[in-house]
Amino acid sequence: MSPLLSVCDLHVRFPITRAGDMPWTKPRYLHAVNGVSFDLEPGKTLGVVGESGCGKSTLARGLIQMVPATGQVNWRGETDLLSLSPRQMKPYRSEIQMVFQDPLASLNPRMTLGQIIAEPLRTHRPDVSAKERRARVAQMMERVGLLPQMINRYPHEFSGGQCQRIGIARALIVEPKLLICDEPVSALDVSIQAQVIELLKELQRDLGLAMIFIAHDLSVVKNISDEVMVLYLGRIMEKAPKAELYDNPQHPYTQALLSAVPIPDPVAERAKKIVPMTGDMPSPMNPPSGCVFRGRCPRAQADCAEVIPEAGSDEHQVACIHPGPMREKEMTAGN
Amino acid sequence: MVMTSEQRVEASELAGKGRSPWADARRRFFRNKAALMGLVILGFVVAFALFGNSLAQWSNEELDYNVMGQIVELGGPSFESGHYFGTDDLGRDLFARTVQGTQISLAVGLVGALIACVVGTLYGAVAGYFGGRTDSIMMRLVDIFMAVPYMFVLILLLVMYGRSITILFAGVGLISWMEMARIVRGQTLTIKGREFVEAARATGVSAPVIILRHIVPNLLGVIAVYATLLVPLMILTESFISFLGLGIQEPLTSLGALISEGAGTIAYGTTWQLGFPLLFFCLTLFGLFFIGDGLRDALDPKDR
Repeated sequence: MSPLLSVCDLHVRFPITRAGDMPWTKPRYLHAVNGVSFDLEPGKTLGVVGESGCGKSTLARGLIQMVPATGQVNWRGETDLLSLSPRQMKPYRSEIQMVFQDPLASLNPRMTLGQIIAEPLRTHRPDVSAKERRARVAQMMERVGLLPQMINRYPHEFSGGQCQRIGIARALIVEPKLLICDEPVSALDVSIQAQVIELLKELQRDLGLAMIFIAHDLSVVKNISDEVMVLYLGRIMEKAPKAELYDNPQHPYTQALLSAVPIPDPVAERAKKIVPMTGDMPSPMNPPSGCVFRGRCPRAQADCAEVIPEAGSDEHQVACIHPGPMREKEMTAGN
Repeated sequence: MVMTSEQRVEASELAGKGRSPWADARRRFFRNKAALMGLVILGFVVAFALFGNSLAQWSNEELDYNVMGQIVELGGPSFESGHYFGTDDLGRDLFARTVQGTQISLAVGLVGALIACVVGTLYGAVAGYFGGRTDSIMMRLVDIFMAVPYMFVLILLLVMYGRSITILFAGVGLISWMEMARIVRGQTLTIKGREFVEAARATGVSAPVIILRHIVPNLLGVIAVYATLLVPLMILTESFISFLGLGIQEPLTSLGALISEGAGTIAYGTTWQLGFPLLFFCLTLFGLFFIGDGLRDALDPKDR
């Protein structure tokens, strides 16, 4: 099967101008996404994980030209989305829809539910009559578990989980092929998280959606993804099919993240050993030479500062020059 | 979908109109006593301007030859002569003149505020939404216009094109939109960073539609508040111009012109010629300021 979306060497850079800079001073650049490549097949889910500030959301926004990106984003092997003008891009925006992190903030407080959900339909299918549109909105509301009677209500009258369902309904009303979920459950309670994820999985199964699912929580991603990509400072650290990544992580960063996931059993949790990770993520304005993770890596050696490790193009990609399973001496007793 | 009876009850409650943010604001506004008082005062002034003429026994143009030359003794407020507010220096009925003056003053205020709302909102929203160079050029232009002393421009306009009410409207409109544009631009900058605007952009809604559908409705609170505070400012400007003798031309009049006349003759002891126009002037301003305050409290409950 040919991939629905094929991303090759995607870069996103933001020019940083400091106050007091002259107009002709060369701006410094913040390299938010640095050479990310991946393929996504129809109906599959790619999980994207990483700390805050690692470029997950910027990656998603770069794909649909919400921020200026360079590289190649091939849609169905036909069109390079990044080469399109905003006008040419418009039809593709109905095929790629997005669900946002903050459920309430992503809904216009002055619009009713019906107007919010109908907006993509109004934008992309202006020929659909108002009556038909209303019927489709009601149908979609029922589909995501909202009562169609609530069509005239305003967003502030709903809970976070309900608001996220509204956001999902809005994204799916134009029958997209790809749904980009930018931390859709991070702002929700754990019990609601599970409901929303179940809903997304069900909709994906029924509609054959491909998904890019961004989260900073590995357990959430594990539930929904087919493949998982771990980002650090805008670069891919490790990318592998779900089972492979969770059972056999090769990159020390992935191992550290996995060992930090709490186990819901106090005894096991206390006995657990973790990979210690000290310090903070370095500034993307001034990344370290060689491997960007070396400053915090328990396995770092002198050569890590010289060679920039490549992720390669295998099924299981590891951007590390000393890959391997977790080693006993790197771990310390947690807690 | 099969519903239990409990769900059905809930569903019937949920049906129908939702509680819009506007309805919430309205409730808060009507609970505010000062704002309600302002509304009553303004209602009274507006009613006076609209229906006052049917109460008046004299038209605003007639001269009362009985009081002419004896304004101080006979021209005072009295029910017998039909001059409820007395007469002016020429023997015209001051009640009818005040009605006329209130009409003109309110019209100037409303037109000025309306121009400010439409032009200022669109200008500010466009500058703020597009940002970057567009924003810089548009806002620097406003800065330059604002640096020109507007009173000077207004007086020049009135001298060059003659003193007509159209020129006065044009002049007031010309100066009123700039402050509004600045306020709206600032608000637009915060709104455009909100996620719902990003959601609209991601789904491919065009920029003009985003401005009109997402940005402006969320600005309306600020606009409404600022507009109610702008109306008295416009009235004050017009009154000042008229006070200088450059505003409205006779036989038309405005509250400012009446106050000016009243102030000129106060030395002769005809205090009513100053008192009545001034009373209506103050009432209008009080009413509008209280309403503006109430609107601000009602629409931005967090910013109090």
